[in-house]
Amino acid sequence: MHDVIIIGSGPAGYTAAIYAARANLQPIVLASSVEMGGDLMTTTDVENFPGFPDGVQGPDLMFAMQQQAERFGADVRMQDATELELDGEIKRVHVGDEVLEARTVIFATGSAYRKLGIAGEEPLSGHGVSWCATCDGFFFKQKQLVVVGGGDSAMEEATFLTKFADKVTIVHRSEHFRASEVMLERARENEKIEFLPNTVIEQINGTEVNGTNQVSGVTLRDTVSGSTWEMPIDGVFVAIGSDPRTHLVHGKLELTSEGTIAVDGRSSRTSVPGVFAAGDVIDPTYRQAITAAGSGTVAALDAQHHLAAHPAPALVTTPTEAAL
Amino acid sequence: MKEVTTASFEQDVLKADKPVVVDFWAAWCGPCRAVSPILEQIDSETDKLDVVKVNVDQEPDLAMRYNITSIPAMKVFQNGEVVHELIGARPRPAIEQELAAYL
Repeated sequence: MHDVIIIGSGPAGYTAAIYAARANLQPIVLASSVEMGGDLMTTTDVENFPGFPDGVQGPDLMFAMQQQAERFGADVRMQDATELELDGEIKRVHVGDEVLEARTVIFATGSAYRKLGIAGEEPLSGHGVSWCATCDGFFFKQKQLVVVGGGDSAMEEATFLTKFADKVTIVHRSEHFRASEVMLERARENEKIEFLPNTVIEQINGTEVNGTNQVSGVTLRDTVSGSTWEMPIDGVFVAIGSDPRTHLVHGKLELTSEGTIAVDGRSSRTSVPGVFAAGDVIDPTYRQAITAAGSGTVAALDAQHHLAAHPAPALVTTPTEAAL
Repeated sequence: MKEVTTASFEQDVLKADKPVVVDFWAAWCGPCRAVSPILEQIDSETDKLDVVKVNVDQEPDLAMRYNITSIPAMKVFQNGEVVHELIGARPRPAIEQELAAYL
């Protein structure tokens, strides 16, 4: 029986692990086999995480957090939780055929990239449609690209992609951008970047190249006039935000109308006692590395408090035993 | 896991006598680093297929020849032809399922 199992390994999961480990709770961290380290693993320069005046590479920051958690005794496993049994005092976390038991669970699974949901996106995914500029930008040297989205990640991807592409067009459905001023300004000053506001992609088109279908263009629609037109393009990078990754807890934990896991006030307490949630999976608004890290701290402290208030079942003395 | 180059590709992949999974990867790609140990394990656990890797940074010609635009890209070669492909990192059970026909 473990004291705490942490599911997720982004800034929330690892920060919770650091706190829980330093409290001697020897947390198990199910870091995932492919998404360990979370979203920052595909980010290059992180310039807004305090303590790094020259910025830090996303993967470097995440490896450092992992090492810090392990230094205090966190057991980080590159495995995926596949099913959860959260009712009762003993929580069961399935990892394939293995079942781990714990008195508390901290759920920090973050969010998954949102898809456009348009024709051509799925079949051309990996053939010119991408969600990872740092992975795939390299393949678009001297090419023409579209980045879809209006937030920080869209600006960052577009700016990064100009290292390779000749031209990057940012397509955004409105004329208001959610991106921070500094990111927006950096993109606006970049000569290779063009903005196409009030525009949506209706369809991604492909052509056969050497036997596989590759992106060749997009059909765009002006959201004001309604007119549509075709634009030849070599690649489409999608950066339209993400949705909380809650499929493991559907029907088990209460969710908010925004789809995040509901927590009690400023705490990390979910609708099930002993189950805590932290990071992007509870946050529809801010979703920053540093807010996730702070949220992970809250979850570890809440879990610690719960463990202290609910002593381990084996240690509880029953009235009969007390009488003997 | 063997590192294959443009020069050795014909011998190691196209003329191999069993299916070969070619993992197109790069050092800068986080998901590639995540998927690499999984492929390494599969390679060491089976004799029915070989798993090799191609560094797209060092072998851009191979990347171009096989239309690589997203990595990790894992292509299954049999008798010199691409018979199956997986793009993007996935957990081990999902990769094994994709490769089931060749395992």
